[in-house]
Amino acid sequence: MEAKIAFTLNGKPQTVSADPDRPLLDVLREDLHLTGTKFGCGEGLCRACTVLVNGRSQPSCLTPIGAVAGREVLTIEGLAGHGALHPVQEAFLAEGAFQCGYCTAGMIVGAAGVLKENPRATEAEILAELQHHICRCGSYAKYVKAVHRLVAAAQTATASV
Amino acid sequence: MKARPPTALPQPDYEAPDYEERVGRVGYDFGLSRRSFVKVLGAGLLVAASVPALAQESGRRGRGGFFGSGARTVAARIHLGADGTITVLSGKVEAGQGARAELSQAAAEELRIPVSRVQMLLADTGEVPDDGMTAGSMTTPRSVPAVRRGAAAARNLLIQFACRQWQVKPHTVTVRDGQAVDAARKRSLTYADLVKSNEAATLLAQAIPRDVELTPVKEWKVLGTPVLRPNAHDIVTGAHCYPSDITRPGMLYGKILRPPAYGARLVSINLAPAKGMSGVVVARDDQFVGVAAATSFRAEKALVAIAGTARWETTPQPSSRELFDYLKQNTGGGAPQNPFAGQLAEARILRRTYHVPYIQHAPLEPRAAVAEWSDDRLTVWTGSQNPFGCRRELAQAFHLPEDRVRVIIPDFGAGFGGKHTAECAVEAARLARAAGRPVSLRWTRAEEFTWAYFRPAAAIQAEAALDAHGRIATWFFININSGPNAMDTPYAVGKKHCRFLPSKPPLRQGSYRALAATANNFAREVFLDELAALAGADPLDFRLAQLDNPRLRAVLEKAAAEFRWRERIKEKGAAIGLACGTEKGSCVAACAEVEISRAPKKIRVRRVCQAFECGAILNPANLLSQVQGAITMGLGAALREEIRFANGKILNPSFAEYLVPRFDDVPEMDVHLLDRPDLPPAGAGETPIIALAPAIANAVFRATGAPVRALPVRLAEA
Ligand code: FES
Ligand code: FES
Repeated sequence: MEAKIAFTLNGKPQTVSADPDRPLLDVLREDLHLTGTKFGCGEGLCRACTVLVNGRSQPSCLTPIGAVAGREVLTIEGLAGHGALHPVQEAFLAEGAFQCGYCTAGMIVGAAGVLKENPRATEAEILAELQHHICRCGSYAKYVKAVHRLVAAAQTATASV
Repeated sequence: MKARPPTALPQPDYEAPDYEERVGRVGYDFGLSRRSFVKVLGAGLLVAASVPALAQESGRRGRGGFFGSGARTVAARIHLGADGTITVLSGKVEAGQGARAELSQAAAEELRIPVSRVQMLLADTGEVPDDGMTAGSMTTPRSVPAVRRGAAAARNLLIQFACRQWQVKPHTVTVRDGQAVDAARKRSLTYADLVKSNEAATLLAQAIPRDVELTPVKEWKVLGTPVLRPNAHDIVTGAHCYPSDITRPGMLYGKILRPPAYGARLVSINLAPAKGMSGVVVARDDQFVGVAAATSFRAEKALVAIAGTARWETTPQPSSRELFDYLKQNTGGGAPQNPFAGQLAEARILRRTYHVPYIQHAPLEPRAAVAEWSDDRLTVWTGSQNPFGCRRELAQAFHLPEDRVRVIIPDFGAGFGGKHTAECAVEAARLARAAGRPVSLRWTRAEEFTWAYFRPAAAIQAEAALDAHGRIATWFFININSGPNAMDTPYAVGKKHCRFLPSKPPLRQGSYRALAATANNFAREVFLDELAALAGADPLDFRLAQLDNPRLRAVLEKAAAEFRWRERIKEKGAAIGLACGTEKGSCVAACAEVEISRAPKKIRVRRVCQAFECGAILNPANLLSQVQGAITMGLGAALREEIRFANGKILNPSFAEYLVPRFDDVPEMDVHLLDRPDLPPAGAGETPIIALAPAIANAVFRATGAPVRALPVRLAEA
């Protein structure tokens, strides 16, 4: 049965009428037309559908919309600030770290989640999180370079403070 | 034995076999002649598997098929806007392999404009010329030159136009930065000026001359440089709309009823439970049953409500356990005899059989399509490597003239040779017709693993005789079921007989990255190591002694040198292997180092050193991505990927049981791209995959002493 579910989406209040069992992924894509979050498997195994719920990386395909009531959801669309890319996006763009790019939004949000929890996260910590993500095009080598660039940039930024 | 004179590789053969003949196409027919199905693979998915019928059909299509008819006029290739925009049109698709960047570079180079000024419109059958399928590594050798010719012709038109305007001779005009400049008099004209003139229509309707002069490699400014994918920004922000992201007003989401197994026929079903749900559309057309609703969730519920009422008639189907016997038994006439048997009295003879399983492409974006009817016109957005082929399939399924069908292919989530067909688009269109509204259909992962076509399995028989000098005197090589690609041996053997024997495939099968070259190269290169062992030779020396092709020698020597093969082979217990191969006009060699643990049994690839050469390099950054991607994908096929099936059911249709490479699988990769500006560029999306599996298998052989005769590579029971 449909219910009204209120949560915060990309920093703004959002209310949807939906069956609470529907996957968050479907509600984002079909009701709210935020299609940056992708479907890859629907089983929690590829993480193309990664979003942050209260700052933590989650597969939105396995997250019922009812479970995010009152919480903060961040999608790839909410990552970039006004006009400026998020540092993870910058790093991935600079390395051209994707081929078809279908896994990219998930990877970026996944990496951003690690940094949100710990801005001083190491390359190894970010890659440990990305281990859950599949890139079927095999762009892993370039993703590793992008993570390297990201962490190096973060270190320079902290060092110069 | 006389060595043959060194020869360069032949240029890509444009009359090469037609891919489409070997792809299992779903013969949907929603018109009157529904009884024309050739073979039933399963309800809702009917494959016209008769190869002769398809061959005839593709013959009728002539050059409109694999290669397309291309653009005849400048206007058909390039649209010049009065506002200065320059749009280049191509029927190629972007699936991550880099066509968008490469074709933009090709146009920019010849138009003399920065690559950022090119708008590339790809794969909209209503707008672009038919450049054939995006397959067979043909974008680089065929479409890049085609776009360059069109752009060079446009540049020449600008020069002609300027000459007439200024009453000067052509040699006094140069084109740079999008302007024709008469240096002496300091005046200039742009492409927009040309378009605004009253000569524009006549000029742009001119045919593109076949022999229009192209910019020589040494003058390239845009080609040969690392250019990022033009829509890269939209990829990192999530703004790019993939086929599964397309939204249309009033659109519904569809689901299709799938049979429980290959070969199952739907006998009866009660649609009432779904029909009773408000807002749910149900469509049945013989074996096709589908539903659509305002959300995927509701469509799924409707499907579940009727699926349980379906009665199926099944027939016994082969299983992967008996796959290779089954393939051998179904060649129609059996395997030929080795014509060289017994010819060499003292020869040392080796006879081996190799097995390569069915695997799935598993692109991260499953098949997806949005279909919309307006009157009797159909528009479809889908992810396919074959836009004009999709249009044809749709037209056939709905008995429409092709000009009433428009197929648009947004840049999509990868294909790897696995998306040459239109079944998902046809299904979406069938639902949209029933609903009277646009319908979006995205296959589930399980559907993609089960009903998309597979890379064919192969049983390969190899037999060779070594002469007294330890060289290959006779060579006999039979590929059963998977195909003839790269089946010929590149080695200078005495006499050879190589043959492909089609079989009766138990699963729907079709193209894959490099087609059967993965299987044939695996078998040949692994067999070669066994022969080297028999000859008591180092696998590198054994190969080089019988290899004339200078390009293949060059990559093999490069990979071996960078890997320090000659030093490392002397180390005790070196777990290293190498392999090489050539296909589609490019050459590859790989050295691999593995690490073997016994408990738990595991093979880990620690390092791969690969050298690759595909003529003049068009975009080094993209080429590196393609080679690294191919190595990574090859790693999966080498170590883990294998479709298991029993009695028509796929047993591992999920990323939980079909394990694809992840971050921690990726070895240290040392990639060497050999640039040959003196050679025409060849495609690079496929060949870099063919050397990896045999290199790994040979490393395991060296480390364990047990030869590898099947993929995925497994450690022998100790
Ligand atoms: S779609 Fe959610 S994990 Fe794959
Ligand atoms: S870039 Fe295609 S799946 Fe990662």
